[in-house]
This record gives sequence, structure tokens and C-alpha cells, in this order.
Amino acid sequence: MTQTLSSLVKLLATEPYRLLLFLAGMMAFVGLNAAYLVWVERKGAARFQRRPGPTEVGWAGLLQPVADAAKLMSKQLIVPAGVDTTLFRVAPLLMMSPVLMSLAVIPWGQSLAARNINVGLLMIFAFGSINVMAIMLGGWSSRNKYAIISAARVVSQNVAYEIPMLLVVITMIMVTGTMNLNVIVQQQAGAFWHWNLFRVWVNPLMPVTFLIFYTCMLAETNRAPFDMAEAESELVAGAYTEYSGMGFGVFFMAEYANILLGCALGTVLFLGGWQSPISVFSGVLWFLVKMYFLVFSVVWIRWTFPRTQFYGLLNLSWKIVIPVSLFTLIRSVAMMKLVHP
Amino acid sequence: MKKNSLKEIVTGFNSLVTGMRITLGQFFKPSVTVRYPHESLKMPKRFRGHIELVRDPETGKAKCFACKLCERACPSDCITVEGAKLDGAKKKSVTQYVLDFTKCSLCGSCVEACRDSAIRFSREYNLASTSKEEFIMDLFKRLEDEAKADPAPETAQPGGTAAQPAAPDAQLSAGSGQPTVPNSQPSTTPK
Repeated sequence: MTQTLSSLVKLLATEPYRLLLFLAGMMAFVGLNAAYLVWVERKGAARFQRRPGPTEVGWAGLLQPVADAAKLMSKQLIVPAGVDTTLFRVAPLLMMSPVLMSLAVIPWGQSLAARNINVGLLMIFAFGSINVMAIMLGGWSSRNKYAIISAARVVSQNVAYEIPMLLVVITMIMVTGTMNLNVIVQQQAGAFWHWNLFRVWVNPLMPVTFLIFYTCMLAETNRAPFDMAEAESELVAGAYTEYSGMGFGVFFMAEYANILLGCALGTVLFLGGWQSPISVFSGVLWFLVKMYFLVFSVVWIRWTFPRTQFYGLLNLSWKIVIPVSLFTLIRSVAMMKLVHP
Repeated sequence: MKKNSLKEIVTGFNSLVTGMRITLGQFFKPSVTVRYPHESLKMPKRFRGHIELVRDPETGKAKCFACKLCERACPSDCITVEGAKLDGAKKKSVTQYVLDFTKCSLCGSCVEACRDSAIRFSREYNLASTSKEEFIMDLFKRLEDEAKADPAPETAQPGGTAAQPAAPDAQLSAGSGQPTVPNSQPSTTPK
């Protein structure tokens, strides 16, 4: 019995099965998270405004995401007249699939990653830029003025924030000397002051780097206060105006999956990934704790700050965030060349 | 970069942190929501709902003796009072008191006109109904049902607004279930 079980485990650990397992696992993880992050969002919003939030469907409203999903799935998928049907249908998938791909290289635990490749960081950012195009396609193929305006906004916003994001990531690559996410995590072993966030002796601007990364992550995932893509009070439902039923649902899920990915990446790069700060239970548990803390802070920020104006958003990027991130990059280069040669 | 740009960044960041501290403070405070269909607010003592008859604390019957001052004081003719002299009684006593709440503007002239504090404002506010007839309220019948539910006469109530009879109180207090229609009793149409 145990022998068959162990041989089954061995079989599942071999290549095609391992990947399939991870694919299924990631899809389930992303789906559940997207559904329940909506619940977290609504409960969080309610708590910040001192309301109880969803309470009626299931205990503490826990079945609310199920009800929402059932509602979305029962709705008709309307394809408006005159739209580019193929692009219109493909856009939600194009938004969802890069996230799933990117999650493949995230090291959830010491040996828990679908693919531990040496250019993991590069791969995440390569796929990360696809979802901008997905929103753009969705907005453009909808043949709707609100959708097109908001798609244009999304593109200029994401271009503006992709630059400081990449500058910060280059800083991190220089500091760590690798693009392998698991190695980056391994370098942060030990108590919490070994996390990249607090390693000020390597680069005194590490906390600033993290803040820039975090801001860019909010902007890239189109979260408040940078939620220009779905500025519901100005642009109906932004780029998703013409989507109904699960078409909209997939976009919605992909947004939350993107937040999840951003927070996971922040955890890996700055918060020591699966490393335990008190050297107990090192592994996936700590990873999830850190990641969900970041997710919570994203909700927290959403319900604290009002949406910025569009030029405010671009000013912040081009006038503050990009110069500062360039400065941190140069600062860390100088540090590497002069202080730790 | 201008000279005060850096200062601007720092003060801006500080204000963001302050904002986040405030919202986190609110996050841990208890919720202030009243989950309405499941629980409802208790109205303050001086809430001015529709009028209701006051019971005499000694007899448990209506204080009203059908002098019809309220009927005359009403600017929109929504009160109909009938009274009769019962055997052996010195005064008349009320036999019918119908309030047409569809016309009432809650001006309170009737309460002001009443010399004997025999009517007062109720604290009922769950006044939603699907039929117009629900709003033609037989206040005398309501009082009698109240007396049946709570035969003990009410105790001291200065000004007629202090204490409330048991029945409406039960409707107002928390956790009493569905919102009630104005008259939970089947109301009779006047005349």
C-alpha cells in the first residue's frame, strides 16, 4: 500500500504529470483566490467603513462568491453588433492566461514551484505586459467610446508604470545577482532583517525601492487609487463596459489574479518569500502569510485613498517615481562598484 | 527638480501614512450598522410617529372621552371620533377612533388640542404597506388589543410620551423579526 503510494508520488513527480498537477493546482488556487479575494475586498471595505459587509449568503457571507459566480454564469454572453467577435472573445482569456503562466515560476516553498527556471523574473515581466494588451484589445474590440477611452488610459498608465517597475527590478537583479526567484529567496534566509526590504547595508534605499515596487504594482494591476481602467463613476465599467456574464467574470478574476501575482512577487523579492522570520515553519505557510498581508494592504489602500486624476497619475510616475527609481538604480550600482566590489 | 520637491514628497508620503493609520483605526472599531430587517432601532422618546390613544393608568381603558377637539383641530380631516355614554358613567367614553393616515401630515395639532393628554405620538416607524387600507387605522381597536395583550395598566407617564405600551415596544425593540405594517391587526374601514 505504502509502496504503491510512494511510487504514485514518484510518478506524479516526474515531468508531464508534475506540470499537469501544477497547472490544475494553480488554476484552482487562482480561481478560489479570485473568488474569495472579492469576498475579502467587500468585507474589508465594509470594515473600513464600519459596516458588517456581506452577511446573508452563508455564514458571514462566505457563500457570496459562489452566488456571484452562479449569477455571472447564468447570464447571457452578449456580443454586441459590429464588434470584432474573435478579439472580443479572446481578450478575457488573454488577460487570464499570462497570470497563470507567471505563477508557474513563483517559488511557494523551498521545492514547491512548477518551474524553477533561471530567468523566472524575466519571464514574469515578459508575460506581465501581455495583460495590458488584453485590456487594450478588450476595450478596442468592444466598439464603445467608454471602453476605448479607458483602454487608452490603461495603456498610457501601464507604460508609465512599467518603466519604474523594471528599473526597480533591475536594481533587485543587481543586488541579488540572479533572476532565479528561488535563489533570491534563499539569499534572504534568516531573521527578518535579512529580507531584501531591510538590507540597507547593501543599498540604503531598499525600503524606497520596495515602496516604488508596491506603487507600480498597484498601478499595473489597475487598483485604486490608480483604477483608471475601471473608473466606474466616470467610464461606466471602463474597458469591460460591453462584457457580460462570464466574459466580465474572467476579466474580474484576472484582475484579482494579477493582484495575487503582484503580491507574490513582492513577497519573493522583498519579504523573504517562504523564509520564516523566526526560523519556524519555513515554507509555504509563511509565504502565504506574507502574500496575504500584502493583499490586505492593497484592499486597505483602496479604501483609504480616492482615485487620482489622470494627470496626477502620470505626473507621479514621470516626475517622481521614475527619477527616484533611476536614482536608486544608480545608487546601488555605485554601492556595488565602490563599497562592495 | 525644484528645491521644495523633496519636501513635497516627504509631506505627501506622511499624509498618506496618516490616512492609512486612520482607516486602520476604523477597521478595528465595531460596526455601527443596524441589520434592519433583523433588528431595528428603538426610537427616541420624542419621536413623532402617528398618534395613538393613551390608556388611563387606573382603569386600563382609554383616557379619551370623545370630546372631538382633535377631530376639529385636524387641518386635513383625518380623525373620526365617536363616543357613547356607558351606563353609570359620568363622562362619555370613546367607541371609535379612526385615523386616516393617508391624509395625516403629522402636524400634531390633535395632540396639542387634546386637553386631557389622551392622545400622543407613537414611536412606530415601520410604516410600509402594499394596500391603502392598511393606513386607515382603527386606533380604538388597536388600544383594545393592546389592553388584551397587557392588561396591567401603564404606570406613571409624565406628559404622555414617557412610557410606551408593551405592544409597540415589542415591535420596536431589536430582533423582533419582520418589519410590521402599520396596524398589525386587520384594520376596519371607517363608517
